[in-house]
Amino acid sequence: MQDRMGKDVLMTLVVAGLLIWLLPQLVSTYTLTVLIIYGMLGFSLGLIWGFGGILCFGQAAFFGLGAYTYAIAAINIGESTLPMIIAILVPAIAALLLGAMMFYGRLTDVYLGVITLVVTLILFKFINSTAGPQYMIGTARLGGFNGIPGFQTLNVPGDPDAYIWGDAYFYVCAVIMVLVYLLVSALLRSSFGRIAVGIRENETRMSLMGYDVAARKTILFAIGAAIAGLAGALFANWGEIVTPGLFSLGQSAEIIIWCIVGGLGTRSGPILGAAGLAYLKFALGQQSLIDNTLITGLILVLFVLFLPKGLVPAISSLWKVSFARRSPSRVHQARRIRNRGRANG
Amino acid sequence: MDLSVVILVEMLYAVASLVLISAGLAVVFGMMKVINLAHGEFMMMGGYATITAVNLGVNVFVAMLVVAPITVGLIGLVVERLVIRHLYGRLVDTMLATWGLSLFFIGVATMIFGNTTTGISTPIPGFSIGSYQINGYNFFIIVVAIALVIGMLVILKSTRAGLIARGTMQRSDIAAALGYSPDRIYMATFFCGSALSGLAGAVLAPLVGLVPTSGGAYIAKAFITVIAGGPSLVAGLLSSAGLFGLVNQIFTFAISPVIGEVALLVSAVILLRLLPQGVTGKFFKGKL
Amino acid sequence: MAEVVLETQALTMRFGGVVASDNVNFKLRARELRCLIGPNGAGKSTFFKCVTGLLTPTEGQVFMRGQETTGWMPHQIASLGVGIKTQTPNVMDYLSVFENIWLAARRFHSVDEAKHKAEAVIDRLALNSIARSDLGNLAHGERQRVELGLVAVGDPWLVLLDEPAAGMSAEDVERMTEIIHELTKIAAVVIVEHDMQFIRSIAETVTVFHQGAVLMEDHVDKVMSDETVRNVYLGKKAG
Repeated sequence: MQDRMGKDVLMTLVVAGLLIWLLPQLVSTYTLTVLIIYGMLGFSLGLIWGFGGILCFGQAAFFGLGAYTYAIAAINIGESTLPMIIAILVPAIAALLLGAMMFYGRLTDVYLGVITLVVTLILFKFINSTAGPQYMIGTARLGGFNGIPGFQTLNVPGDPDAYIWGDAYFYVCAVIMVLVYLLVSALLRSSFGRIAVGIRENETRMSLMGYDVAARKTILFAIGAAIAGLAGALFANWGEIVTPGLFSLGQSAEIIIWCIVGGLGTRSGPILGAAGLAYLKFALGQQSLIDNTLITGLILVLFVLFLPKGLVPAISSLWKVSFARRSPSRVHQARRIRNRGRANG
Repeated sequence: MDLSVVILVEMLYAVASLVLISAGLAVVFGMMKVINLAHGEFMMMGGYATITAVNLGVNVFVAMLVVAPITVGLIGLVVERLVIRHLYGRLVDTMLATWGLSLFFIGVATMIFGNTTTGISTPIPGFSIGSYQINGYNFFIIVVAIALVIGMLVILKSTRAGLIARGTMQRSDIAAALGYSPDRIYMATFFCGSALSGLAGAVLAPLVGLVPTSGGAYIAKAFITVIAGGPSLVAGLLSSAGLFGLVNQIFTFAISPVIGEVALLVSAVILLRLLPQGVTGKFFKGKL
Repeated sequence: MAEVVLETQALTMRFGGVVASDNVNFKLRARELRCLIGPNGAGKSTFFKCVTGLLTPTEGQVFMRGQETTGWMPHQIASLGVGIKTQTPNVMDYLSVFENIWLAARRFHSVDEAKHKAEAVIDRLALNSIARSDLGNLAHGERQRVELGLVAVGDPWLVLLDEPAAGMSAEDVERMTEIIHELTKIAAVVIVEHDMQFIRSIAETVTVFHQGAVLMEDHVDKVMSDETVRNVYLGKKAG
C-alpha cells in the first residue's frame, strides 16, 4: 500500500518534470500556461464527475467566480497573495451552499444539471448587466460586458512590486498543477476518496451503511469548486482581464467535452483532454476554412457515439489487452458513470 | 386603465412566447425522455429558414408557418437517424451528444450565413392603446401559442396517433409489446418536436436580430420550463410557462428586464428544489 | 425479558387515499428473530421502509432502543448500529467484494481495523475465492451473500432484511439460513419474506400483515395452522 503510493508520487513527479522541461522547447510558455490552467479546470470537473458521480453543467461558474474574485480583491488589496486565497475560498463556499441545497434535496442527475446550468446563467446575466458606475465592490468597478482590466497580477508574496510573469509564471502554474494533482491523488487514496467512489456506485447502499451521502457530496463538490476557482484566479493573472465570457455556457460545455474526450474515472484523462483540445482549438484558430465551434461539436458527438469511455481509458485498456495481464473488466466504466441515473430520468 | 391592458397583453405575450419556445423540447422530452440540447439551434435554423425563404420571394407567413417547420423537421429527422437513435435510454449521453450537435449547428450557420446579425421586419404594424404603443406582432404570437396548445390537445385526445403517443408516453415498453414499433414512433415524435422548434424560431425571428448563436438565449428557458413542468405534456407546459412568464414580467415592470430574467431563473431553482418532480409531478397528476 | 430494541406505535403510512400501513404496533426484543409475512400488498415492505427511514410515516412513532427515530434519514438509523438489506440487491457493482465490505466496515472502524474486519467477514462467509472480483460479475446468490456481509461487518444489534432468500437456489438458501442464525447471536433480526419454505426452516415468532395492519402474531406453527391466515394468505396462494 505505502509502496504503491510512493511509486505513484514518484511517477507523477518524473512525468511532470519531463513535461515541464520538454514542452517549452516545442510550444511557447505563454500558450502552455493557459493549457495548464485549462487542464486544472478539466481536472476539477473530472474529480467530482468521474469520482463522485456529480454531473455539473456549471463548472464554468466557479471558474469565473474565482477569476472575478481575484480581480476584485487584487484591485482592493493591491497585492496578490491574499486575493489568491480568497479566490479559492469564495467559489468553495458558494459550492458548499449550492451543493447543500441540491444534495439535501435528493435531486437526481437531470435536475442537478438544470440547476447548475441555471446558476451559471444567472451569474452570466448579472455580471453582464453591471456596466454602470453604480456597480462597485470596494474600489473595483464590475464593468459589465467589458469586464475588469488593470488589476494587480501575481507577485512574489510580501513584495507587490516583484511581478511574476512570462516564463516564471509558466513554472509557477506548472508547479501548482503538480501540487493539486498530488493532493487530489492523496484524497482519492484516502477513505474519503474511496467512500466517494462508493457513493458514485450506489448512493442508497452507502446511506444504508450509515454514510451521510449528502454531506460527502457537498464537500466533494466544494473541493471541485475550489480547484476551479484556483484555475480561474490563475487565468485572470494570465489574461490580465476578466470578462463575463468566463461564465458562459460555451465555457461549461467545453469543460464537459474535455472530460469526455480525455476519459472519466481517470485522473490524467480530463487534464490531457483539456490541454489537448485547447491546443487543437488554438491551432485551428490559425485557419479560417472550417469553423472552430463546428469541430468542437463534432468531436463531442463522435466521442459520445464511438468512444464513450474517452481516450485515456481506451489507450490503457488497449495496452492491457496487448500485454494481456488482466482482462479489462471495467471497460465501459466512463459511459456507466454518466448514465448511472437514467432510471431516475 | 390603459396601462393595465398593456400589462395584461405583455403578460400574455411572455407566457405565450415561453410556451412556443418550450413546446418542441417538451414533446421530445415527454415522449422519448430525451433532452435535446440542440433545441435552441433548431429554433435558430427555423429563423434562418424563414429569412432565406422571404429573401427568395416567399410570402412571410408561408415561410414562417410552412417552410420553416418542414425544413427543421427534416433536419431533425436526419439527426434522429444518425445520432439520437443510438442513444435511447442513455439520458446523459443524449444530452451530451445534442450539446455537441448544438455547437456543430452554430458552426455550420456561421460558415453559411456569417457572424453578422440578420433579420426581417415584423409583418404586422403596431398600434396604440391610449398613450401606450403596442407591438401588433405580439398578438400574433399569442394567437399562434393558443392555436398550438389547442392543436396539441386535440391531436392527443381525439386521434389515433395521439392515443398511441399517450400510450408511449406512459409505458413505451407496453406500447412496443402491443405491436407499435417504438422506432417509428420515436422518429415521428422527433420530426414533430423539431418542426415545432422550427416554427417557434420562425415566429420569433422578426422580434430578434438573428445570429448563429441565437439559440443559446432560448435553450436554458426551454429547458427549465420543460423540467419544471414535469411529466404531463400540456398541463406541465402551461403551468410552468404561466408561472415563469408572470414572474419574469412582474420583475421586468417593477425593476428592469435583466432582473426579470434573473428572477425567472431564481424562481426556477427554488421551484425545482421544492418540487423535484416538476409542477405536474405534484399537482394535475395524470392530466395530459 | 430482554430489552426492547425496536418498537413502533400506531405507525401509519398513507399514499393518497391508500393506507399502506395501518396503525401498526410492533415490538421486538434483543436477539429475537422475527419474520414478517403476508400476501402481496399487505404492507410489509412499507412497514420496513418506514422503520429504515426510506419513507417517513404519515403518523405514529418508531423507537430504537428507546430512542425515537421517526423521520430520521436512513444513514442516521444505520449509524446507530442497524444493519439494513433492501429488497433489490443494493451493492456497488463495479467494486470488488473486498472493497464493498471494506467500505461498510470503514464506517465504524479505522482504516486498518476495517481491513481486518472485512477479511474476517469474507472468511466467515466463505467469499475468499471471489474476494477480488467485481460484484457485477457474480451470481445472484453470491451477491446476496455479499450484501449480508455488508450488514454483518458493522456488528449490528438490529438487522432488517427485506426478502433475503428471493430468487436463490436451495443450496444458497441453506447457507443464508446459517448466516442468519449466526447473526441472531449478536443481534435482533427482522425478516420480510414470501418464501414459506424458508420461513418454516428459520422462524420462531411470525407477524402476519394483512391490508396494512397486523393480523396476528404468534409462533410459526400456530400461524401456519390458523384458519384466518390460511384464508388471507396460504389459501390464496394454494388456490
